[in-house]
This record gives sequence, C-alpha cells and structure tokens, in this order.
Amino acid sequence: MPPVEPIERHTISVLVDNEPGVLARVIGLFSGRGYNIESLTVAEVNPEQALSRITIVTSGTPMIIEQIKAQLDRLVPVHRVRDLTMEGPFIEREMALVKVAGTGEKRVEALRIADIFKARVVDATIESFVFEITGTADDLTRFIELMKQLGLVDISRAGAVAMSRGTGGL
Amino acid sequence: MSTTPTLTGAEIVIKALRDQGVDTIFGYPGGAVLPIYDALFKQNHIRHILVRHEQAAVHAAEGYARSSGKVGVVLVTSGPGATNAVTGLVDALMDSIPIVCLTGQVPTHLIGNDAFQECDTTGITRPATKHNYLVKDVNQLARTLHEGFYVAKNGRPGPVVIDIPKDIQFAEGTYKAPAECQPKSYRPQVRPDLNKVEEAVELIANAKRPIFYVGGGVINSGPIASRLLTQFVRMTGYPCTATLMGLGAYPASDKQFLGMLGMHGTYEANLAMHGCDVMINIGARFDDRVTGKLSEFSPGSRKIHVDIDPSSINKNVRVDVPIVGDAAHVLEDMIRVWKARAKRADQKALAEWWKQIEFWRARDCLRYEKTDKVIKPQFALERLRAAIAGRDDVFISTEVGQHQMWAAQFIPFEKPNRWLTSGGLGTMGYGLPAAIGAQIANPDALCIDVAGEASILMNIQEMSTALQYRLPVKVFILNNQWMGMVRQWQQLLHGERYSESYSEALPDFVKLADAFGGVGLRATKTSEVDDVIKEMIAIERPVIVDMCVDQKENCFPMIPGGKAHNEMLLGPDEKLEEATPEEGMVLV
Repeated sequence: MPPVEPIERHTISVLVDNEPGVLARVIGLFSGRGYNIESLTVAEVNPEQALSRITIVTSGTPMIIEQIKAQLDRLVPVHRVRDLTMEGPFIEREMALVKVAGTGEKRVEALRIADIFKARVVDATIESFVFEITGTADDLTRFIELMKQLGLVDISRAGAVAMSRGTGGL
Repeated sequence: MSTTPTLTGAEIVIKALRDQGVDTIFGYPGGAVLPIYDALFKQNHIRHILVRHEQAAVHAAEGYARSSGKVGVVLVTSGPGATNAVTGLVDALMDSIPIVCLTGQVPTHLIGNDAFQECDTTGITRPATKHNYLVKDVNQLARTLHEGFYVAKNGRPGPVVIDIPKDIQFAEGTYKAPAECQPKSYRPQVRPDLNKVEEAVELIANAKRPIFYVGGGVINSGPIASRLLTQFVRMTGYPCTATLMGLGAYPASDKQFLGMLGMHGTYEANLAMHGCDVMINIGARFDDRVTGKLSEFSPGSRKIHVDIDPSSINKNVRVDVPIVGDAAHVLEDMIRVWKARAKRADQKALAEWWKQIEFWRARDCLRYEKTDKVIKPQFALERLRAAIAGRDDVFISTEVGQHQMWAAQFIPFEKPNRWLTSGGLGTMGYGLPAAIGAQIANPDALCIDVAGEASILMNIQEMSTALQYRLPVKVFILNNQWMGMVRQWQQLLHGERYSESYSEALPDFVKLADAFGGVGLRATKTSEVDDVIKEMIAIERPVIVDMCVDQKENCFPMIPGGKAHNEMLLGPDEKLEEATPEEGMVLV
C-alpha cells in the first residue's frame, strides 16, 4: 500500500456570479464527488457586478484539496478560487447566536463567561439571554461547551468567513 | 447596433444558430418547443433531423460532432423530452463532445407548479452537463445561446443545456450577434507554460524506455494536433499507444504504434506502459480502464501529463510534469523546443527498448483460433477490415460490449474523427444514432455501426430515421446471442453463473431490417462472410447484417478488475490466479 496521505483542513474563497443555481453547482460538486464540506457561507459582496463570495472549509488529502480547487475553478460562473490555507496568513471568523435560559447563580455565571468571551447580549428576558459571539471556530465551540452547563437552549451558528491578511484582495 | 426589436424568442434561437454556423440539428418536437419548430418551418437554412427518441438525438449529434469537428445541436421538448436526453448528455460529458441541447420548458409562470410535461431540467442536468442555463428573459436569450456555444466548444468540450420556457419563445426581444456577447468568465488556458514544456522535453530526450500515451484530447484539439503528434512521435522514434477515445490520433499502421492500451489493450502496449521510465500522456485522463490497479500502475516511470482540463491532472495518478494546455499548442511547443535544442533520443537505449517491445509484440496477443466451423467475431471484423482497407471515407461507430473492444482491436484507424464510440459512460445504444449523425455530416462516406445483438435493440427505432433521410448506414451485428461482456465477466469472476445475460427471444434481424424498409443480410458460415460484407457495402440503403458468431468467444487480452498491467490474461487457457479475487470483483 502507498503511504497514507494526511487529511488537511483548508479554507477556500471562491468568487462567483450571483445567479440562480450557482450554490447548487458548488454543493453538487462536493456531494457528487464525495468531498467534505465542514462549513460553507455565501453572500453577495459586489452588487454592481453581481458577484458573491463563497467561503468553504473542507478537509481532505493534499491530492483531494488540489482536485477540489481545480473542479471549482472549471465551473463556468466561478471567477476566482483562492486557497487561503495555502497562500499565507489569513483570518477566519465564525458567528453564533446562543440562547441560555436559567435563573440565579447560573444566569450570573453565563453573563460572566459571556463577558470573558466578548459575547454581546442581543436579547434578554427575566429567564433568558441570547448572546451574539464572534470568533474562531474553537472559541465558539468552547463557549458553547461552557453554556451547556448553564442552561443552553438553542444555537444558531454561521459557517466561517475568511480573508487573507495584508494588503492583497481576492 | 445591429439589433431589431421585433424578433420573437423562437426567431432569436434560429438566428443565433445560424450565426453560430449551425446547418443541422437533431430533435423531436413537443408542446413546449412548438414556437421554435414553427420558426424552423419558416426557414430553409437549418436542416432538422427527426429522430425517434430523444436519447438518439443526442447520440446522433455526438456522432455528427465527433466526425465533423463541429458542435452538435439538439432540440427537444420539456419533461420527458429533456429526461430522455439525459443519457446522451452524460455520454457527451464523459467523452468531452461539444453539444448544445435546447430544451423547451413550461411557461415561466408555471415553473414549479408541476405543470404538464414539466421537470426541473436545469436541476436534473446540472451534473449531466458542462454547464446549463434557464432563460427567463428574452433579452438574455441571444447572449445565453452564444455563450452556450462558447462553453460547449472551448476548453475541454462538453454538453450545454439551454432551457427555454415557452413564453420566452413567444416573447419579443432584441437579438445580439456573437461578437456582442463576450462571456463574463470561463477562459480556459490553451497555451502551455513554456518552462513546463522545456522541462518535459528534457525528460523526454533523456528517457531510456519512453512511451507516448495519447487520448481523446488530441482528437478534440483538431486534426492539426494529430499531425503534430505524428510528427513528434516520429522525430523521437518512441513507441506510441492510444486509449479507446484516442484511436486515430496516431496512424494505426505505423510501426511505432503499439495498439490500444488498457483492460482489453494489447500485451505490448500494457507491458510497455508498465515498464517505461518516461510516460508522455497527451490528452488522456488515466481512466480506471487504462490504469488497472492504481497502486501498481507504471511504478517506475516519471510522468508528463498534457491536459486542457486542470482537474484531470493529479486526479488519479500523481504526475511529475503537469502541463495545462491544448494538445496542438503543447505539441507545437514541444517540437519547437526539441528542434531548437537539437535533441536526439538515446539511440542505444531506444534500440534495447524496441527489442523488448518486439519481444512482447511477438506474443501476437490478438490471435484467435482460426476455424471454419463457426464464425469467430474477430474473423468477421478482420474480413470487414479487409473490405474497407485503403478507403479514407469510412466511419465506424460501436455499441458497448465485447464487439466494441474487438472493433477497437481489429479495425485500424489512420486518421482522427473516424472512430465513434461511447468510452466513458459505456452507453449501449450509442452506435446506430452516432452512425446516423456521422452519415449526415459525411453524406458520401461509408458509416458502419459495429453492434452487438443486445445493444442494438436499445436504439433500434433509429432505423426509421435512417430510412426517412435515406441514410445508407450499415449495422454490422456480431450476434452471439449473449450480452457478451456480461457473460464473460460472469464466466471469469462469478463462477459461470450466467444470470440474465442470455439474449432470449431475439427478433429475426433480417426481417426486422425488412420491416423498417431496409435490407437484412445474414451470415452463419465462414464461407458467407465475405459475400455478405461485400453486399452490405454495395447496397446504398440502410442495411442490418446479422453475423451469427461463436457464442462462447471471449475478448482477450484482458486485465481483470483490480489487477495491474503485467497481470494480463492473454487467452482462454490462462486462468485468474486466485479465483474471484474479492478486491477485483467489487470493481466494475
């Protein structure tokens, strides 16, 4: 057997035409060829030219990652594909809304931990908070783990958005 | 502006097709494309070929495209028209054939309503096409059509679907000429990185045991690529093998040609691939039918891979020198660099290598039992080969199975675009409509569909199309009364349990030809073969030949699934080393 190649996690930015079906093409490519999607976010970033930016976090062997990029690049509505993980330092952030319900000491503790994580309170009732937290995937996961012990009710988590450091753009 | 605001969507379609140089389309009418058929009726520039099933429309367009180098155009209705076309579309996708398929759609306001003959055509065909479009604005129709042609033929060619709702066909809008419609994205790289070409030439020049491994990309690149390939291969003096899709890219009669490689390729081609030290892959994609067991594929070689599609490079096999570009451009650059640097192959090493290859060639791996008792399928094809020898105007299509492999082994192709076969998808029923398409593109040529009795029944209705347009296509059935390749695998890998592979209740093909209005001929004895072939060629009408061949014959050589190139079976006397290796059985 040939040596087993390591599985790597890569963050890929893709600039696409904002047109119907473009997301289905990208997702269909991943499901049709058996690639992983850890997270995928998309929104229009250039309304004048109707361009959207997709951020995909995926994992696979180096050969698979190379395939994913080549496959993405040959989709007709795709303008650019950049592997942020390969191309140098970059920033990656996720956002989540986290609802915690409880009273007394747990409620105080939840608020205190939220403060440490720099999570904002965006909704409050006598018995609940909704926190808005932004950070790395690890930050969010740690915060959510802590909240589980303090009355976690609901999580809505957005996938990663990412961008290279320095002056260059996509 | 060359715009006229008075054209209907249907008229825009016709005008765009004309501006794209289309003179022939293959189709089948229906409710959702009636306005386009009405516009077709009112003009005389574009010829419509009425098929009998939408799948055949796409295969015919493929045959037309492959044999002419043009884009094949298809027109079908919504719902079942579109779904029937899907097999043809995937076939064109897998074999990189440029197709533009126009599908009718229910009116825009009914989309999503489960209307009569509605289906989500763009959804269904998304993974079946290179790209597809749903046109919701008549003013975008011309641009979309032109972009569709651009996408179909540029880069790695493929099928494009343009879904046009019926109200858009009636609506009035402005027409734009192709020059006014530059595509927004999709600019495939055709010119290679020269540094890579130089690196490749160094590697090629220093090779001791080189081999050229060429595929359909050379043919898709156009006849110039085949000429350049032939020139370069002869300059080097190196051996050359071709994939199923690449047959004809290099002249088969040339002594440097080793025949087809792969699962049913020649012994010399496969062993040369296994033992080479430098592999020069031009326009092939390391398909599993070619590589056999991946981990043991050509273990000692450094590999150069030329492909216009970057996603084909390093997909299955890691290569040392990847070159993205069009085959003709790359070959042109390779030849220039080779000449500029006054390269010459290592003659001593090359002579050794050829000695080795001639030793393998001497095994005569395609030999079969010569007998008068029964018509061997290989014998029938050898006689066909003799009958068409020296002719430049012969196009051979095939269905899928044993007959396809025998045709690839026994019929030599000296030029590109003469060989039409379903390689990637392996679509039974491809050959007859493909032959029809080739005959439309080459009216005076001899177009022969080498078929099996099972495959031919999958699109036999196209005999009516052949009759309607007086197309003298020949269907050359190697009738062994079995789904031969299925039977062969069951014999070799499934303990001779012949599950559902016997062709029971076959029609009388001679009477069937007659019923369609064609001519049926039959040979049951070896002594009849030559006469039947001669008569088939002489008759200027559609002919079905029922060549009743040996029922038990298997296709050799064969690399069983999961085996490496050097583990070929050469004939019926060789047995698989381990009976039914599990690893190989799960592979297709």
